[in-house]
Amino acid sequence: MPLSLLLGIIAIVLYAGPVLAHKASDSYLALTARDGRIEGQWDVALRDLDYAIGLDADDDGAITWGELSGNREKVAGYVLPRLRLSAGGAPCPLKPTDYLVDNHTDGAYVVLRFAVECPAPGNAIDLSYTLFFDVDPQHRGLLRVDYQGATQTAVFSPAQTSQRIELGQTRQGAAFLQYLREGVWHIWTGYDHILFLLSLLLPAVLYRQGGAWQPVASFRPAFMEVVKVVTAFTVAHSITLSLATLGVISLPSRWVESAIAASVVLAALNNLRPLIDKRRWAVAFGFGLVHGLGFANVLNDLGLPRGALLLALVAFNLGVEIGQLAIVSVFLPSAYAVRRSSGYRRLCLNLGSGLISLLALVWLLERALDLKLING
Amino acid sequence: MTRGRVSQARSKPRWRWVRLPGLLAVWASLGLGPALQAAPFLPGSDGQVLERLPYSADPSARQSRALRKGLRAAPGNLDLAVKLALNDIKLGKAEADPRFYGYAQGVLSPWWAMPEPPPAILLPRALILQNRHDFDGALADLDKLLRLEPGNTQAWLARAVVLQVRGRYEEAQQSCLPLTELDELLVPVTCLSSVVSLTGQAAKSYELLLDALEHATGLSAEQRLWSFTVLAEIAARMGKDAEAERFFRQALEANGKDAYLLAAYADFLLDQRRPGEVLALLSDKTRVDSLLLRLGLAKRQLQASDLAETVASLQARFDAARMRGENLHQGDEARFALFLLDQPREALRLAQANWAAQREPKDARILLEAAIAAREPQAAQAVVDMLGKTGMEHVQLRRLAGRLGER
Repeated sequence: MPLSLLLGIIAIVLYAGPVLAHKASDSYLALTARDGRIEGQWDVALRDLDYAIGLDADDDGAITWGELSGNREKVAGYVLPRLRLSAGGAPCPLKPTDYLVDNHTDGAYVVLRFAVECPAPGNAIDLSYTLFFDVDPQHRGLLRVDYQGATQTAVFSPAQTSQRIELGQTRQGAAFLQYLREGVWHIWTGYDHILFLLSLLLPAVLYRQGGAWQPVASFRPAFMEVVKVVTAFTVAHSITLSLATLGVISLPSRWVESAIAASVVLAALNNLRPLIDKRRWAVAFGFGLVHGLGFANVLNDLGLPRGALLLALVAFNLGVEIGQLAIVSVFLPSAYAVRRSSGYRRLCLNLGSGLISLLALVWLLERALDLKLING
Repeated sequence: MTRGRVSQARSKPRWRWVRLPGLLAVWASLGLGPALQAAPFLPGSDGQVLERLPYSADPSARQSRALRKGLRAAPGNLDLAVKLALNDIKLGKAEADPRFYGYAQGVLSPWWAMPEPPPAILLPRALILQNRHDFDGALADLDKLLRLEPGNTQAWLARAVVLQVRGRYEEAQQSCLPLTELDELLVPVTCLSSVVSLTGQAAKSYELLLDALEHATGLSAEQRLWSFTVLAEIAARMGKDAEAERFFRQALEANGKDAYLLAAYADFLLDQRRPGEVLALLSDKTRVDSLLLRLGLAKRQLQASDLAETVASLQARFDAARMRGENLHQGDEARFALFLLDQPREALRLAQANWAAQREPKDARILLEAAIAAREPQAAQAVVDMLGKTGMEHVQLRRLAGRLGER
């Protein structure tokens, strides 16, 4: 075993303590407004409190719960007056409730919980914050207000000691729309997904008889075939998109992208030399699983919002489906209209599938061997 | 073709089917973030230690406490305030602990906003501004001070450092020259070698500094730390790996806790694919974000089982900084995004923003790496131009720039 590996293993075994950070001073102020009542929780670093008012009574470099709880009046008397709340022009007194402890990335914090009693509640609250700005101008107060499932945040600094929070504003809708748009955009610009789907749909307005393609007689069988293929593809890629985004499965993206290219090659070739004819929905499902992993890579590259993973996932997936349906709704009526012409079979089905399989073969080579053969 | 499709192909295959619990933990912490950490509790007994105050026994920290007591008795005393601020800055720099810079700024608050403060305020104010990445503000204060006190060697040195960070090598070099007034020749030689080695004269700088170090006697630990660190970095850039190793070790003998040195040596070890030694070096120094990042990169090389926890910790810290509305560590965050999250486009965005503020070789490097991974070679053109203009010798940068050109 090489020495470096050995050292690494020893270090891993020895290392078990909490990972504390050096960071600039912050306090975390959270307000929850519910049924006309506001509750607050304020996390303040013990280190900052010790610097400002002295907590380490015996000067041994350690702050114990005894030292903190014995100083409850002093701590609350120092911290709470440095936050002023008002609503409707009338000040809202803070009434302390719990006095607890929590650990953040940089160490232990005292947790001050309090009730806010506003005599004239309105649609907005005004806050004024001055904690620690005199001793540490780099201190920041990080405000978070939860109201009816929506979260608003703001930062207090010496340059910005007051904030007005409007209750009832929500920004989740904007994030949802953004991921929805990304999903639509991705299916429209991701030619491999479109070509895969088209390869499976091209024969939907035809059927095989005696080794030759015949146009379907009515719209219904063509429509049912499309519904089956699209549903199978959708279900499959939704499964793997979700699993990969949630981190349950993870495959190397080169492998995934190569497999997607291979799926297009096979689907197109199947139109030239049909091996699977009746159960194209099964093909759509099987390869759909792979395409879902590809969608997940894109979503991951977009950057997932902290705290709204599920929202992003649902919106992105929905966007993909909308984009896909838009393509199908243009394809199906047009293909149905021209299904009887020999041009449809020769140009669209045969030549089209041939070109698709060639193009996808180039992608496959590029992705599997990490080459650049064509621009695009 | 679609954006970023095969961008992760450069990384090794990662088969993680079997590590479900760890991944779920990461996912949970990414998704729920601060909400998950918030689990306030009531401690069990009065004797339970909640927090250990850092460096309570450290001599510098003791000195700060004594000065603070003195200042409390004589508020507004300029002399005491400047001494205390400089002492806090020294602590903050040595431990890479930003809180001390905040305290220092607090101590200077009576004079902080003055356009023309007493001259004694200018040096500590410049050092604090530099730490906040307000490089122009820092330079303005240093220039003001040097007009008043042209013999202030500390100010000249601070100015050289800021200019070097900004990639303004000619001016930085000019700023080293007044240091020759000092009795100790090693100071100007180290200052000059550090700058000039980045301008196509690495070999000469290396010889000069090596020679000066060999002839110097009775050096302070602080001086050895600085000179050997600079020498080791020059050697590493030139590809003299054995020499770099030796000088890094000598620097560590002078001060094994300096955050800048530890980060530089860890980067060197990571380049040498010696992740086990990085773990041994940094496992107990994870309070500093830049060092935790390097620990994470080492764990990645080792495919360590607890990589996911380190990634989650780092994410929490970058999130915490972002919540403050700060972006002081975009260079490190770009490395995090590229190598630990596999998000080349996000990494490129961060590396470009970082390059706008800082122009050190490590900043150039992450910009090149991110541009290559994101397949956007033109995004790193500024680095290619810089390499051409300065003639900088740097084995890794040249190799990366070559790879960029192939695309």
